[in-house]
Amino acid sequence: MPTAVTPARKDIHQSRFRWFLWRVWRERSAYFFLLPGVIIFSVFTLAALIFAIYLTFHRWSIIEPDKPYVGLQNYEDMLHDERFVQSVVNTIYFTGASVPLTMLIGLGLAMLLNQPIRGRAAFRTAYYLPVITPFVVSALLWKWLYNGDFGLFNYYLLKGHIIDEPLLWLSDKNLAMPAVVLMTVWSGVGFSMVVYLAGLQSIPAQLYESAKIDGAGVLRRIWYITIPMLRPTTLFLLVIGIIGSLQVFTQIFLMTSGGPVNRTTTMVYYMYLWAFKYYDMGYASTLAFALFLMLLVFTGLQLRLFRRSEAI
Amino acid sequence: MSLTEESMVERDASTTEPDLPVLTRRQRRKRRRAAERGHEKTTLKAKLATYLVLAPIAILFIAPFAWLISASFQPISTIFSSPPTWVPDDPTLDGYKGFLDVGELSEAQEAQGHGDWRWFANSAFVAISITVLQTFFNALCAYVFAKRRFPGRNVIFVLFLGTMMVPGQVTLIPNYIIIQHIPFFGGNDWTGSGGHGWLDSYFGLIMPGIVSAFGIFLLRQYMLSIPDDLLDAARIDGAGEFRIFWSVVLPLCTPALAANAIFTFQAAWEDFFWPLVIMSSPDKLTAPVGLALFVVQNETSWNLLFAGSVIATLPMILVFIVLQRHFVRGIAVTGIKG
Repeated sequence: MPTAVTPARKDIHQSRFRWFLWRVWRERSAYFFLLPGVIIFSVFTLAALIFAIYLTFHRWSIIEPDKPYVGLQNYEDMLHDERFVQSVVNTIYFTGASVPLTMLIGLGLAMLLNQPIRGRAAFRTAYYLPVITPFVVSALLWKWLYNGDFGLFNYYLLKGHIIDEPLLWLSDKNLAMPAVVLMTVWSGVGFSMVVYLAGLQSIPAQLYESAKIDGAGVLRRIWYITIPMLRPTTLFLLVIGIIGSLQVFTQIFLMTSGGPVNRTTTMVYYMYLWAFKYYDMGYASTLAFALFLMLLVFTGLQLRLFRRSEAI
Repeated sequence: MSLTEESMVERDASTTEPDLPVLTRRQRRKRRRAAERGHEKTTLKAKLATYLVLAPIAILFIAPFAWLISASFQPISTIFSSPPTWVPDDPTLDGYKGFLDVGELSEAQEAQGHGDWRWFANSAFVAISITVLQTFFNALCAYVFAKRRFPGRNVIFVLFLGTMMVPGQVTLIPNYIIIQHIPFFGGNDWTGSGGHGWLDSYFGLIMPGIVSAFGIFLLRQYMLSIPDDLLDAARIDGAGEFRIFWSVVLPLCTPALAANAIFTFQAAWEDFFWPLVIMSSPDKLTAPVGLALFVVQNETSWNLLFAGSVIATLPMILVFIVLQRHFVRGIAVTGIKG
C-alpha cells in the first residue's frame, strides 16, 4: 500500500475539508440556535448518564471522602437483596393493578359520555378535576380520607354497615397497596377518559350505521367496531401508563413511606432511600439502572409510536 | 362551572349534521338540542341508565374536593368531628392565614405551626421560568432540526431522541452530584468543590428543566408541516435567521407551543421529587414540597394543610379553565389522537 498521498488527492481532501468548513460556517446560526439546548443536554443528560454508569461501579457515599472502586459488587448485592426483589414485586403489583383499572374505567366513562346526553361537559369536568389537581394535594387528601379514626371512608362504610370495624387502610399490610392503587386510579381516570373520547370521536359514524343495518346489537357493535378501532389509543395509554406506573414515587412517599413492612416499597422509593437516606449513591444508581432495564421495552415501544405519528 | 370543550362539541355537531350551511354557535347548539330531544323518546331507558352510572361516579369524584374546600374553612375541632361537617357553621380563614403565615396569629394558632406564603411565590417563579425558557429553547432546537440542513444534524438529533428513553431516575442521582459541583456557585471554586453549588438554589431547580427532548420532538413534528417556501421568501426579503424563527416560524406554531407550555407548566408546578431532594432552606421550598414537609412537622394541623392544598390547586384550575380548549387540542397535537 502506498502511503504517500499524491498531490492531486491531497488537493481533493483539502477542498472537501474546506467545503465542509464552509458549510459549517454558512450554517453557523443553526449551531448557535442549538447551543443552549446542547449545553444543558450534554451536562444534565449525557454527562449524567455516563456518570450514573460510573457510579454503579463505586461505593460512593456523599458524606465520606473515600469513594472506592468496587467492580460489580453493587450489581451482585442487588441480586441478593431481598428488599430489592420485594420492591420489584410491589412495583409490578402496583402497575398491573392500576394501569388496566384506570384504562377500563376511562373507556367506560368515555363511551357513556360519547352519547348525546345533557350535561356532558359537566361530567367531563368532574372526572377531569383530579387530573389537574397537583398530585401531592391528591395524595395528602386521600391520606386523610383513609385515616383510621377520622377518615371519611371508614365513617361512611361503618354507617352503611359495609364494614363492622374501622379499617386501617394504609397501615394494614394487605390493604395498603390496594388503597394506594385506588387513589392512583381516581387521579388518572380523567386522562384516559379524555384520550378515549378523542379516539371514539375519530371513529366514522358510517361503520356503526352499516353494522346497525346488518342487525348487530349494541354489544356486538362495541366488540367488533369500537374496541378494534380504539387499538392505537389503547396501545398509547397502555405504554404511557406502564411507564408512569413503574416510576411511582410521590404517593408512596406521602401516604405510606413504603410501609407497612415494605409492602408498598416500590423501586423508585427504594432507590430514594438508598440515595438520600443511606447516602449510597453507587448502590442507588445500580437500582436506577434496574428500573431503566424494566422500562426499556416500554420506552422503546413509545418511541416507535411517536415515530409512526411522524409518518402521518 | 360551565366548562365546555368547544372543539369536541363542534365535532359532534358536524357528525350529526354533515351538510348544513355555516351556522352560528347558538343556532348549532339549538339544532343539536332539538336532535337530542328527538332521540330522547327512543332511548329514554338507556339514557336514564347512563345517568344512573355517571352521576354516582361523578359524586365520588367531586366529594373529596368538596370536603377539601369545606375543611379549609373549618377550625380544627370540626374537622376531627364525627359525623363529618360538610358545611362549616362558622367559616374561618384561620387555616389560610396560618398556612400563608400572614396577619396576626393567636397563640393557639402559633402552636399549630405555620406554612409560608413564599412557597407559592417560589413555585410560581420556578414554574413560569421553566415554562418560558423551555418553550423558547425547545422551539429553537426544534426549528433547527426541522428546517435547517447542516453537518452533524442527524447525529445530534438521534442523540436527543435516544435519551428520551432514559428515565429521570437514572439521571437524578448523578445530577444531584453535578449540581453540587457547579463551579463558581454557592461557594464553589473553579474545580467545583468547596461549597454546595446549585443545591438549595433556584438555578438548580430551573436549569435542568429548560430543555426537553420530548418537547423538541413534538415541536419538530409540528414545524415539519410549515412549507419551506415561506422561509425562503422571508430569506429573500432579507430577514435574518433569528428573525425568520421569531416572526415567521413561531407564530405558525402557536397551538403546538401552547400545548408544550401548558404541559410544561403543569409538570413544573407539580414537580415533587427533584425539589424535595435538592432544596433544604424552609423559605425556598416549592408548594408541593412545602405541603409534604408541613404534614411531617405538624401532623395534626389539617385545617392549615387543607387551606394550603386549595391554594396549590387553584392555579392549575385557573390554567385549565382559561386554556381548556388548548388542553384538548394539545392532546391532538401531541399525536395522541387514535
